Amino acid sequence: MSQDFRLESIGLINRDKKLSFKFNGKKYFGYEGDTLASALLANGVHLVGRSFKYHRPRGFFGAGVDEPYAIVQLYRNNETEPNIKATEQELFDGLEAKSVNCWPSVNFDIGAINNFLKIFLPAGFYYKTFMWPKSFWYRIYEPFIRKAAGLGVASTKHDKERYEHKYEYCDLLIAGSGPSGLSSAYAAAKNGAKVILAEDKPRFGGSLLTSDVNIGNQSGKDWAEGIIAELKTMPNVVVKNRSQIFGYYDHNMLVMSEKVSDHLPKTKKYHPNKRLWYIRAKEVLISSGSIERPIVFGNNDTPGVMLSSAAKEYLKVYGVLVGKNPLIFTNNDSGYETAIEFQKHGVQPVILDSRKNPDSEIIDEAKSLGIDIKNSYVVVAAQGYKKVKSADVASISDDKKQLGKIENIKCDCICVSGFWTPSIHLASQSGNKTKFKEEIDAFVPGISKQQETTLGAANGVFSLEETLQTSFAKGRELSKKITDNDNEVSIPNVVEKKSSKHDKFWCVPLPAGKNYKRFLDFQNDVAVSDIEIALREGYRSIEHVKRYTTLGMATDQGKTSNLNGLQLVSEIENKVVPAVGHTTFRPPYTPISIGAIVGREVGKHSKPTRKSPMHAWHEKNNAVFVDAGVWLRPRYYKRGNENLFEGSKREAKNVRTNVGVCDVTTLGKIDIKGPDAAELLNRVYTNAWLKLPVGKARYGVMLREDGIVMDDGTTTRISENHYHMTTTTAQAANVLSHLEYYLQLVWPELNVNVVSTTEQWAGAAIAGPKSRDVLQKLFPNLDVSNEGLPFMGYMEGDLFGVKARIFRISFSGELAYEVNVESDNGNFMWEKIMEVGEDFKIQPYGTEALSTLRIEMGHVAGSELDGRTIPYDNSLEGLVSKKKDFIGKRSLQRSAFTAEDRQKIVGVVPLDKKTSIPEGSHLVKDDKAPLPNPKLGHISASCWSVEYDNPFSLAILKDGKNMIGEKLFAMSPLKNKVIPVEIVSSHYVDPKGERVRS
Amino acid sequence: MLYINCPHCGMRPQIEFSYGGDASVKRPELNKEISDQEWDDFVYNRKSLRGKHLELWQHISGCRQWIKVERDTATHEIFNTFKADEEVA
Repeated sequence: MSQDFRLESIGLINRDKKLSFKFNGKKYFGYEGDTLASALLANGVHLVGRSFKYHRPRGFFGAGVDEPYAIVQLYRNNETEPNIKATEQELFDGLEAKSVNCWPSVNFDIGAINNFLKIFLPAGFYYKTFMWPKSFWYRIYEPFIRKAAGLGVASTKHDKERYEHKYEYCDLLIAGSGPSGLSSAYAAAKNGAKVILAEDKPRFGGSLLTSDVNIGNQSGKDWAEGIIAELKTMPNVVVKNRSQIFGYYDHNMLVMSEKVSDHLPKTKKYHPNKRLWYIRAKEVLISSGSIERPIVFGNNDTPGVMLSSAAKEYLKVYGVLVGKNPLIFTNNDSGYETAIEFQKHGVQPVILDSRKNPDSEIIDEAKSLGIDIKNSYVVVAAQGYKKVKSADVASISDDKKQLGKIENIKCDCICVSGFWTPSIHLASQSGNKTKFKEEIDAFVPGISKQQETTLGAANGVFSLEETLQTSFAKGRELSKKITDNDNEVSIPNVVEKKSSKHDKFWCVPLPAGKNYKRFLDFQNDVAVSDIEIALREGYRSIEHVKRYTTLGMATDQGKTSNLNGLQLVSEIENKVVPAVGHTTFRPPYTPISIGAIVGREVGKHSKPTRKSPMHAWHEKNNAVFVDAGVWLRPRYYKRGNENLFEGSKREAKNVRTNVGVCDVTTLGKIDIKGPDAAELLNRVYTNAWLKLPVGKARYGVMLREDGIVMDDGTTTRISENHYHMTTTTAQAANVLSHLEYYLQLVWPELNVNVVSTTEQWAGAAIAGPKSRDVLQKLFPNLDVSNEGLPFMGYMEGDLFGVKARIFRISFSGELAYEVNVESDNGNFMWEKIMEVGEDFKIQPYGTEALSTLRIEMGHVAGSELDGRTIPYDNSLEGLVSKKKDFIGKRSLQRSAFTAEDRQKIVGVVPLDKKTSIPEGSHLVKDDKAPLPNPKLGHISASCWSVEYDNPFSLAILKDGKNMIGEKLFAMSPLKNKVIPVEIVSSHYVDPKGERVRS
Repeated sequence: MLYINCPHCGMRPQIEFSYGGDASVKRPELNKEISDQEWDDFVYNRKSLRGKHLELWQHISGCRQWIKVERDTATHEIFNTFKADEEVA
């Protein structure tokens, strides 16, 4: 298909490289340097979508980030991405895109019936219509709205693209590479400042790419190219195109999304798709320019109606005519610039100017070119359904209230200019209280909140000469403050045409007897009539009007609609615009891929994976791993076809009958040194610590100040002023912070140092009746008899040439030891244990068997120390000293904690001795009681007791002390189970604790 | 994201720190008889100020020191930072 609307003589595209692409299944061609929008327009395609609410045909309205209509579903490298603006998507060979929000096709859309039902779809219609009956909401209304409304469809597949995050610091961050961005960057760079210049488009230069100006005796575009080329050679400057600064956060941190690969058919190997930059800048210069705003008239959403600046950009950058019979509708001189460009390229436009008698250099030029200009004329309504075919126009009275006789003019596009709206989003996000500038009918930044300065059109300055002067000066001044250099840069001459004042006119009145929809918000289908209804119904605050009508709430965040909406509200309310105020701008400025925000922290990389030094051995020996915090721990070692239940039972049984070995490297370890170490422990733990002798370990429980158990573990006195504390795997980091808090802030007089040694030691727990035999073989020269190394004893030894620490402590409830060696020797230790243990039938055991062993012994762990229990609840009250004070002690006097029927840990056995009780089940008295059935307690941990060969659970039960022997029901609605149970002691096995002392 | 001047390390981004609450709270002395009200005030009751607030932060991914930060809770402006043992005027 030939490109009927492409001009040969103009444009910045690469005509040597032809690209093929598909839109809605049809094949087209474009050129390298095109956007999807420019390539479609070159092919005469104007119909790209359907509107959100009424499903009216929609075309292109802008040429960049402000585009409200042309949102497509993109297909790239076997992936799909929704909500892509065709005006921003660069063309690549093989690109495929489809329209969204239309079914079955963009040409025939069933939802368009809404257009004829629009009387039923006024502002707030969701609130009004779908109120009742309540049951209809999720069955009928919501599915219907979801299908009928909404934009693209997100892929349900895993995103294979890679996204990177980057942290950067700079002196000056400059948002936008138009005339003000370039000049301030140049001046700052010359002073040696570290500068980052960001441009969201592929090409640098901003308005200079399309405006007819002269800087330093060359065209604006050539001047921009020269500056960029020089900046790129400077080591202190980073220039980034395709990079959108979308958020201005606290303490001058801004976030920028760089599209690294979106313009390519496929992301290059090892390259990211997008890169998110977190930039901390000393100074921020906002040179984000301005966006043309529309004039509101009847059917102003018809495809072919677009911003006059967009028409100019398609012509000058892409060599594309948006129409061959254009009608320009303007209230200022910008429309004339577009008309002149059309005229220069052989297309005769007609200009309708709402002003009565404007006069300027630009207008003179248009006149001299013979362009047909009608003053005091307006477009009343566009005619045509899927494309503009003509326009109803009329003269308008000086007070803009009365229309003259309606005439019809043939045209194929209507280019609108209602003057310019500064892009103040970033300044507003920084906390800048913006102010209304009467001369331009728009808001501009006020007093800076953070280190930010807004320049050029974004600051409401539309003269190029003034922009260059202030921007060069600002770049120089701010960089001088930082670098202390002051290099003068000569400001080039500027030749630009002077323009005349714009007309304060933004909405064409309806002609008598006509009921045209006049759209304010093009993406959310909010028309003038909707705002009128909202105000009639009593909404006054602009924030309420916005939410009721959804004005400015679409993905374009009202870039083209906000000000016209404000004008309307202020007119109806008879207030001035600043009194109405504008809604708050919040990041992001434009939609950002979730993938870019998440970065590399997905799947396995969402948290670090920590492995013990024995990990390779576990892998080799068929360990099935489980996540334990950030650690990977063996859950069980699979033999043959064993499942988890069978394997863990075998391992636990072997510990009870022979001997087992478990990797306990993951336990938190804290080294505590100093003359006041014992005093610190005495204040941190609930039990007494001052008299613990050297070479002895003790079990301790620590509380938070609110009396809740924080953690438990053993601490060993290695030497006079040296202790080794262990914590649970999960609480290791919190306990260290806790100790540091008290040492640094509360009791700085204590002379103690604490440091984490979790990674320094590899640990193996050797447990079972034959564990002493294994230990004796490991340390043949040590006396490890019950007298030589009694329960809770500690000694150091030589493990075949490796220094080892031996603790006689037990979590399994069996005779047991923990051996620690420096991490590098962990695997050596493990293999030695397996080697010497062979004669005693040693088997490694995983976390599942470990749990079984501790549960049937009634030893508490994380599932009981769950941040809701006090020592009493865990039957640890014997460890709470009555004599001394400690952290959290005072809280234990709270009446709830001392109540007679306080919850307490108990054992639970199913009456049938067969049915395992799901963890989390509730214990109730009567399984038939009406809901909500009063809960007496919950099952905290369950196992299969290898001692008795039946299920056993621990529970935290109300009045547990007096419940032993009671019959209750364990109910798990989640697993749909009701199990009759008996309450027993939590110490199910060896209640006197004889084995650990044997 | 805040930018906090650690008195030991210099300017560091917020992700290196963890928040520790109101710095003006003083733990009652050990072994001292105190009323329920005094204890509740220490453990639970906080003013939740809008405006200037002296608070604790720990530089957990840095020097691990607890520091005091004078911050505006409404605007996030940080006026000053202090070492744990520095007296705040």
